[in-house]
Amino acid sequence: MQEIENKIREFIQENLLVFEVETEIKNTDNIFEMGLVNSLFAMKLLTYIEREFCFIIDNDDLDLKNFNCIENICKLIKSRIEALQL
Amino acid sequence: MEIKSDKEIKCIIWDLDNTIWDGTLLESDAVHLKPGIKEAIVELDARGILHSIASKNEYECAVAKLKEFGIYDYFLYPEINWNAKSESVKRIRRNLNIGMDNILFIDDQLFEREEVANCHETISVIDIPEPDMLLMHDQLRPSFITEDSRRRRTMYLEDIERRKYEEKYVGPKEEFLASLNMKFSISIASEDDIARAEELTVRTNQLNTTGLTYSYSELSEYIHSVKYELFVCELEDKYGTYGKIGLALIEYEKDHWSLRLLLMSCRIISRNVGNILLSYIMFQAKLAGKKLRADFKQTEKNKVMYITYKFSNFKEVENDGNGNIVFENDLTYITPYPKFVEVLLPDTSFSPMGSETKTSGTNQF
Repeated sequence: MQEIENKIREFIQENLLVFEVETEIKNTDNIFEMGLVNSLFAMKLLTYIEREFCFIIDNDDLDLKNFNCIENICKLIKSRIEALQL
Repeated sequence: MEIKSDKEIKCIIWDLDNTIWDGTLLESDAVHLKPGIKEAIVELDARGILHSIASKNEYECAVAKLKEFGIYDYFLYPEINWNAKSESVKRIRRNLNIGMDNILFIDDQLFEREEVANCHETISVIDIPEPDMLLMHDQLRPSFITEDSRRRRTMYLEDIERRKYEEKYVGPKEEFLASLNMKFSISIASEDDIARAEELTVRTNQLNTTGLTYSYSELSEYIHSVKYELFVCELEDKYGTYGKIGLALIEYEKDHWSLRLLLMSCRIISRNVGNILLSYIMFQAKLAGKKLRADFKQTEKNKVMYITYKFSNFKEVENDGNGNIVFENDLTYITPYPKFVEVLLPDTSFSPMGSETKTSGTNQF
């Protein structure tokens, strides 16, 4: 789980628009409400997750609540990975 | 003259030797423009069709010759080098950010045409045409020439300036965007906007929620109907205007609004302003006390728009399994406008279906 979190955090910090370079994004910060997300970022994030963790994100999973903070993104990834391993 | 693609041709990529001019430049400097070719290039440019070059030549010599003929400025991202032409075509396509099926490649040599066609399945390739045939071809005659199409090459040139600046810029991306002094304005479409609106529905594939094209008369009906509202938006920055780059069509229904179409030109995708129009409509619907529905038709190219809706908190309420989706949004959460852009809203109030919505000024919801 820690590894997933590190990867996602790193991706978000590199790709999300942040005004001050030092802005720290907490695990439960809602990145949508911070007004930092745009379609291009969303598309990149999905592609990144699918490639990095080797699963396809269904349209059903494409829900704001699965992607609104680092914690929820990690939860989604973890549950998909576990489902694949069963 | 046969063009393989049935899509609109947005760019012609020309060979030079024995295509644009008679003769081989490296053998003799005394090459001559083919008759009618310059006129054809100028005319197509005025119709909003872009030109580029894929030529195996010495760069300096070829550019000097193009300047001497007075046509150098008509070509965007010319590729004059010794690379395979398929590679040159690939770079031009990427720089212009258009589809391979929107490109017409013209070369007198069968080898080059086959090499390009082999690598790029959907590109159209032809031997040198009669300039008149070129000008008369349906796919090179857009039904309307708009202000935006006339200025298209200029807008791409401004884009090249932007890119140079962007590459030089060090620092956070948002600070860079703020330094562009962008202004995003939304207005209610008028008669003058219809031709451009039609053009946008035809030309925009990627950031388009339905892929439906609308005719001039349909759009004209919408702007005169009280049941519909057609919005256009425009983006400008310190380098100039990007022109009219977005469109939204709303149908006012009894208990909700239906967003029939939302599209944004893909030229502005890296400007992070694409959500502004959607947010604006969401704010307006919320003010009017209506739910917002949105039509969506899945195509091969528009996944970004699906994600845009999903991440803007739209939920699927209908899905016929063939890619036809209706979304609904309860408007509990609306993405605020980005801070780095000045947002100009329609100054006339529009009051759909009896609801009072007044908006004016800058950055007000």
